[in-house]
Amino acid sequence: MSRLQTVDTATKGSRIGESAIRPDGVPKVKGEFVFSNDLRHPDMIWGGTLRSPHPSARIVSINTTPALKMTGVYAVLTSEDLDGMPLYGLEHPDQPVLADGVVRFQGEPVAIVAADHPDNVRLALEAIDVEYELIEPLSDSKLAQENEAIHPDGNLFREININYGNSQEEGEITVEGTYEVGMQDQAPLGTESGMAVPSEDGGIDLFVSTQWLHADRDQVAACLNLPPEKVRLTLAGVGGAFGAREDISLHIHLCLLAMRTGKPIKMSYSRTESFHGHVHRHPAQMWYRHHAKSDGTLIRIEARLLLDGGAYASTSSAVLANATCFAAGPYRVPNVEIYGAVVRTNNPPCGAMRGFGCVQVCFAHEAQMDKLAVELGMDPVELRVKNALEPGDQIITGQTITGTAPVAEVIETCAQHSSSVGPASQQMELPGGAGRTADPKHIVRGEAIAVGFKNLMFSEGFDDFSTASCQLLDGVATITSACAEVGQGFVTLAQQIVREILGVEEVILAPASTASVGSAGSTSASRQTWMSGGAVKSACDAVRIKLLSRIAESHDLDVESLVIVDGGIASLSSEFSISLKEATSDLVEAEEVYRHVPTFPLDENGQGNAHVSFVFSAHRAVVDVDQELGLVKVVELITSQDVGRVLNPLQLQGQLEGGAAQGLGLAVMEEINVVDGRILNPSFTDYLLPTALDMPPVEIAALIEQPEPNAPFGAKGVGEPPAISSTAAIASAVRNATGLDLHRVPIRPTDIVFPERNDND
Amino acid sequence: MISETYSLLVNGKSYQVVDGHPSESLLWVLRERLELSGSKNACEEGECGSCTVLVDGEIVCSCLVLAASAVGREITTIEGLGSEDEISDVQKAFVDAGAVQCGFCTPGLLVAIDQLLNTDPDPDDLTVREAISGNLCRCTGYGRILEAVRIASKNRKVQNQEEQGK
Repeated sequence: MSRLQTVDTATKGSRIGESAIRPDGVPKVKGEFVFSNDLRHPDMIWGGTLRSPHPSARIVSINTTPALKMTGVYAVLTSEDLDGMPLYGLEHPDQPVLADGVVRFQGEPVAIVAADHPDNVRLALEAIDVEYELIEPLSDSKLAQENEAIHPDGNLFREININYGNSQEEGEITVEGTYEVGMQDQAPLGTESGMAVPSEDGGIDLFVSTQWLHADRDQVAACLNLPPEKVRLTLAGVGGAFGAREDISLHIHLCLLAMRTGKPIKMSYSRTESFHGHVHRHPAQMWYRHHAKSDGTLIRIEARLLLDGGAYASTSSAVLANATCFAAGPYRVPNVEIYGAVVRTNNPPCGAMRGFGCVQVCFAHEAQMDKLAVELGMDPVELRVKNALEPGDQIITGQTITGTAPVAEVIETCAQHSSSVGPASQQMELPGGAGRTADPKHIVRGEAIAVGFKNLMFSEGFDDFSTASCQLLDGVATITSACAEVGQGFVTLAQQIVREILGVEEVILAPASTASVGSAGSTSASRQTWMSGGAVKSACDAVRIKLLSRIAESHDLDVESLVIVDGGIASLSSEFSISLKEATSDLVEAEEVYRHVPTFPLDENGQGNAHVSFVFSAHRAVVDVDQELGLVKVVELITSQDVGRVLNPLQLQGQLEGGAAQGLGLAVMEEINVVDGRILNPSFTDYLLPTALDMPPVEIAALIEQPEPNAPFGAKGVGEPPAISSTAAIASAVRNATGLDLHRVPIRPTDIVFPERNDND
Repeated sequence: MISETYSLLVNGKSYQVVDGHPSESLLWVLRERLELSGSKNACEEGECGSCTVLVDGEIVCSCLVLAASAVGREITTIEGLGSEDEISDVQKAFVDAGAVQCGFCTPGLLVAIDQLLNTDPDPDDLTVREAISGNLCRCTGYGRILEAVRIASKNRKVQNQEEQGK
């Protein structure tokens, strides 16, 4: 392990509320930061995965003998070589470690290989002879529930009914629509990679990029048939995540090969393999009917939602809970009937992606609000504000909002912010960009607003916690947490919290590892600022109290009179003062577990206090559309967000801009095209991510700072909302520009040029 | 199949490549044989720019260049920006402006931007956007990256004026 990094920086300055600089910034700009696929070991060999080319097939036979005889090959393993738990899964273990007799999606792992060089890994994979008997894939999610089960656990992952209020009343005005969202990929730039090293105690060390070390550890240990303490996971540098790393990918395979060969082994997916090797955002089909009074008051919403979960469960059941709980949008709706289902198909497995079920329904509920505004002859902003949730209101699960809910504020500030863009002045700025295809006469401009909301942290009674320890010695603080830094900047925030509470300058962050501390929970659900921020804060508070008590005792002072100020401890009632360095020449330490308030499961009517806290955002989009070629250029994005309290303005801005870019991608560019269970575009050549030319400036109209009760420092998580309302706003702006009923994202050129085809979808 | 030993000139230093496979890309050799792993591999088909290096001053995706074809040329990688002790002005601007999140795209972007500012010290917004449109970033939405370029460009301008004033 020649270059495994320790995040060991002593960047000075910057407390809570300031734009502290990332402690890993300098190593990252120097190219010295060690990502998981930069890991190296002098004795290491390479691993690879043989994947099914078919979305549905029976495995008749596997012949590994030719591969095993090849130069440089150390091991070839199939399901026959497993002696631990053969299945894994984040919520329900239903996914084979290696396919056992049947494959259920294109790309399902069938065999794994270890060899001395990636070229020899590739040759060995090609030499494995697998005979398949093809089965017609179940690729239409609408047919899943009536189709023969394609897995022993059946084809229905979960269904949820939400029945709120009891009126069957028809509105004076009703609008109805069907909506569809395509399959989006998280596309973190770092592909799945890692290294497993067998240890002398018969256990294993796994260095891997992930979002949740301890959940991985438990799944890996079960599949290796090892006690969890013999499986040690350490976070290797993570090249982005966005949900793609919440599930196991190569973790178990790496460990199996390392245990078999006795050698350190490295694996790194290619981009194409990555598209097949992690879960995606659920495609959704949604039907809605909104009922309102003629003054615009919402009185009832009916909806039916169908999510395609693909071949294995992953986090599908939690994604469906979000889709249904937040299906009505951030509005007061007295009567609701919603049915949602997430089903199993032979399509690529789907799971977590930024926004987690709320993105899909936001696109639909906001399109419905626009339709309603048109029917009512009412301003769409006024309609939204009129129905906006407020603190004390109930959401459609019957849960009362006890925290902050500045919904009207995010809508109004976003709507009122003046636009700073004029008409395109250069050809390059028009739709079609560098292609210079646009004829300005065919360009129409549109503008629209959308608002969305989501839960923070894990819901439905999950025991959600984070652990952190703080050690203070010689004036230097060391924080140990297993929180996965994936790029979001928790490492910066952790240092800010320590400086704020303990007044020290130097804060060392120990490597995140299952060997040194308890779980921090997942880096997902916009939860780490609150949860691991809360754990770090609790540990620091405990150290502070211990330290002040010790000083009070040893100097015969009243502990209540002692304060930490300017790198030292001073008494408010005497002349006493001591530097922190001197005061901590003996170690002071504490470990704390932070939990949020308990949540509860949804009942059979989808009712219950299932969520901890809610977060809201609004986006306004300005777009230019080339109606002749069907090309869209997003000219400007304006946003307002409910943040509780700003902890780091610079990092916050980065989250708002980056999330909006992913929302833009889903609106007009990004889709994994799946036909008969096969991915047609598993590459960055064919799966289009927004570039610097596609992404407009993001204007922040307002950051609404209303401190959230119970949240550490009053701050809400900020990562997901930017990816939720941005897609809906852009799609709505394209509808506004073209007058077309575009009910599907991403909006494709053909949807604009041949709108009559849309009705045949 | 093993190729003959060849040498590569990287960041002004000569490296011997021993027992290489002839099929190896420049990116692979830089990362795995020369242990210069600052250049990243995110797509290995020339779409993402994470592997951007300079060959004889020209920007290339090192994943698309055969290592052996770079013999006798001057190769500059992220490790060649700044010095052992100090980071370059563009690198510093990236850190200060919040242009770094996960950091995976960062080395490639820095090589591209450094080259841009060396040829066009005062680029307008659209020029910068076009210059980096071959470098994908999934975290930042590019806003802070563009801000970092503005900062670095402005600083260079001030510095040039000061030098001319002397």
